[in-house]
Amino acid sequence: MDLFVSQVLSGVASGAIYGCVGLAMVMIFTSTEKINFAQGEMATFSTYVAWTLMTVGLPYWAAFAATVAISFAAGVLIQRTLLAPLRDAPEMSQVIVFFGLFLVFNSASGAIWGYLPFDFPSPVKAFSTGTTLIGAHQLFIILVAVLMLTLLFLFFRYTSLGLCMRAAAQNPVSASLMGVRVGWMLALGWGLSAAVGAVAGIMVAPVVFLEPQMMVGVLLYAFAAALVGGIDSPPGAFVGGIIVGVLENLVGTYLVGTDLKLTVALVLIIAVLIFKPTGLFGSRRVARV
Amino acid sequence: MKKLSANQKILAGVAIAAAVALPLVTPDFRLFQASQVLIYAIAILGLNLLTGYNGQLSVGHGAFFAVGAYSAALLMNFAGFPYWTTIPAAALICLVVGLLFGLPALKLDGHYLALATFALALAVPQLLKYKAFSKWTGGAPGISIDKPPAPFEFDIFGRAFNADVWLYLFTLGITVLLFFCAWNLVRGRIGRTLVAIRDQPMAAQAMGVNTAIYKSLIFGVSALFTGVAGALNALTVQYLAPDSFHMFLSVFLLVGMVVGGMGAVPSALFGAVVIVFLPNIAGSISKSLPGAIYGVLLILLVYFMPKGIWGALDRLRQFRLPRHRDTGSS
Amino acid sequence: MAAILELKDVDAHYGGTQALFGVNCAVEAGAVTTLLGANGAGKTSTLRAICGMVRRTGEIRFDGHRIDGKSTEDIVRMGIAHVPEGRGTFTNLTVQENLDLAAHARRDRALVGEDAQRVFGYFPRLKERLRQQAGTLSGGEQQMLAIARSLMMRPRLMLLDEPSFGLAPLVVLEIFQIMQRINREDGVSIFLIEQNAAMALDLAHDAYLVETGRIVMSGKAADLRDDDAIRRTYLGH
Repeated sequence: MDLFVSQVLSGVASGAIYGCVGLAMVMIFTSTEKINFAQGEMATFSTYVAWTLMTVGLPYWAAFAATVAISFAAGVLIQRTLLAPLRDAPEMSQVIVFFGLFLVFNSASGAIWGYLPFDFPSPVKAFSTGTTLIGAHQLFIILVAVLMLTLLFLFFRYTSLGLCMRAAAQNPVSASLMGVRVGWMLALGWGLSAAVGAVAGIMVAPVVFLEPQMMVGVLLYAFAAALVGGIDSPPGAFVGGIIVGVLENLVGTYLVGTDLKLTVALVLIIAVLIFKPTGLFGSRRVARV
Repeated sequence: MKKLSANQKILAGVAIAAAVALPLVTPDFRLFQASQVLIYAIAILGLNLLTGYNGQLSVGHGAFFAVGAYSAALLMNFAGFPYWTTIPAAALICLVVGLLFGLPALKLDGHYLALATFALALAVPQLLKYKAFSKWTGGAPGISIDKPPAPFEFDIFGRAFNADVWLYLFTLGITVLLFFCAWNLVRGRIGRTLVAIRDQPMAAQAMGVNTAIYKSLIFGVSALFTGVAGALNALTVQYLAPDSFHMFLSVFLLVGMVVGGMGAVPSALFGAVVIVFLPNIAGSISKSLPGAIYGVLLILLVYFMPKGIWGALDRLRQFRLPRHRDTGSS
Repeated sequence: MAAILELKDVDAHYGGTQALFGVNCAVEAGAVTTLLGANGAGKTSTLRAICGMVRRTGEIRFDGHRIDGKSTEDIVRMGIAHVPEGRGTFTNLTVQENLDLAAHARRDRALVGEDAQRVFGYFPRLKERLRQQAGTLSGGEQQMLAIARSLMMRPRLMLLDEPSFGLAPLVVLEIFQIMQRINREDGVSIFLIEQNAAMALDLAHDAYLVETGRIVMSGKAADLRDDDAIRRTYLGH
């Protein structure tokens, strides 16, 4: 029983990471209808930035805040310079740009920081939760993720800027007629999603060690999380992440071992999607001829 | 039914003649690269039939490439098939695998299908490495097969007609055959139906098209093309390992399709040239950052040719023959 | 009377297709002007050209200032509210959020509450539905919301694209009465496109007729109403 509980709890913790990256994807998806395949690699790069800042002597939280700010700015910059000019290009061409970004960030991380894994610090390493069921850092991950989700919810729900971003995502033409600067809203969405990704990277790095491929597996689970939750629902992405994380752990522990757990978890997810194609919280799309 | 113009017939003839004559002027390792281009062109063509013509996005065609390659290798090593019979065998196996995968894929649209195929691309190398199968697949280290011999050897204009030349011509022959088949498939009623399903799925259905049959059939045909390419690749490289079929293979096929140009048959050749030679170009620009340079080159390609190389050529052609053309409005 | 909006030799293009050919027209300050024409004649394109939603050349002046080089966002922030065809409802936002969005760019925050009261005076039904998702409103209510939204921007000029489209006759009548009040009581100039030519000509002071992207007739609304060709083609009697 203890094994089961601890596997579920650690599944929730890794699921919170998938959920955060999935949430970052959903934020870009709702305004562009595209999946940013470079999301994970951008997060890895951000985590390296945080590592560098800590290595030069910044305290954890200062490096954390600076990294989130830098990632936000970089996200805005990428959208404005690279993607905004391609707004009218065919959809698949834009997908290729995402793959290009994937390669750029993946290769740059390796070239700058090398391919050896780094030990990444956690501010709660010294603490104990007083139980063997869940580690201190896992609990920390869950808390940070929930806090971030709450802040994002408050921002989108109660601020004028959040309202403008939602309007721009939903109906860009109508939003620009309301004086909303739609292009900038898209860029802010990219910035926010890069910042959320950076937080996810900093959270996951102490668990998996920091190396250039750190996020490749996470990306796929995050994608699955976003789809399970319903691709256009931010809270859905988070819940989807938890489901995927727990499922992954249980499959690995009880069914097939670690060799095939990725495969089996994905097959299960796809099976779920075949029966519930819009995900758990997604809005049903009405098709028009 | 669309027919080739006289000019296009001449162009295709010249291209084939030049490809046949290529061994006379190129050393063996260049022939290997040329074979690689042809092989990837077949694989990209298969993907283009599915994604470009029918709008079903596959991020996992590397899996069918792997199935074709391993089918060929296993049939040769364990069942004693002669090398040339593995091509139709791999075609049949991949057709069936594609049809089987295409059936559940019918329920998935757009990004969901992308996830399912992406999962397939990730699962195949894992399955190939899996301990229980390693007796046949060789596990992570992989397996090798015998190099197909030339049926006869002679010298022509001082060039030895050896196994490498034969393998190249064998590949070329199958490439021409498959391109011809694909072109015949898409230029008529079937091609129009596929495009109609891509652009107006509901309208196509309302007009009595059985979209499910078309979508799963084209999935099978697409897997067949890509699987044949995989089998040819096994014969050319004579060595297979699970890591050669990493998810990046699927991504590069997708890249080749998009930068070549979607929804046109010959464009697959351009895409194949790009994915075979662009990594070399990136490597020669920067030894330390080849991946990043490759990424930047890709982004630049999309930037300057958003509709791929084929789309850019098409625009050039229209530029040369100015006529009023309605580009439409939204 | 001075013109609040003036178009001089305006062309508009969608991709390679030209939709407007040297359009000249004007909206007098404080007046209602209507633009008549068949489907596809260039009515909507004219409004889109004014708001920079389509590639255009030529001179467009609002209140004497050139706006033909500005972006849509800047143009509407100058005081032009465009109620688009199809109403442009934000279906997943609540009615309240739709209205808040319209007011977000205003500098005169103090007057927003006052405007809200006036808008609810015109459309009491919206006040009852503030918390409701806008997508659940009926067609007529969504049209009212679209007009309410544009009023929350406190515009000096409203561009209305087929406000009667798809609505029941009684609802259309109500909306036209409210438009008249907006024009008379609030002094908002209106540039109206309408399929229902009879109602549009009743409301308007001036009128233009557009055919295949060109203005082919202009004058006082009353004169156009009496024109034989207009009567046969657009009024049907």
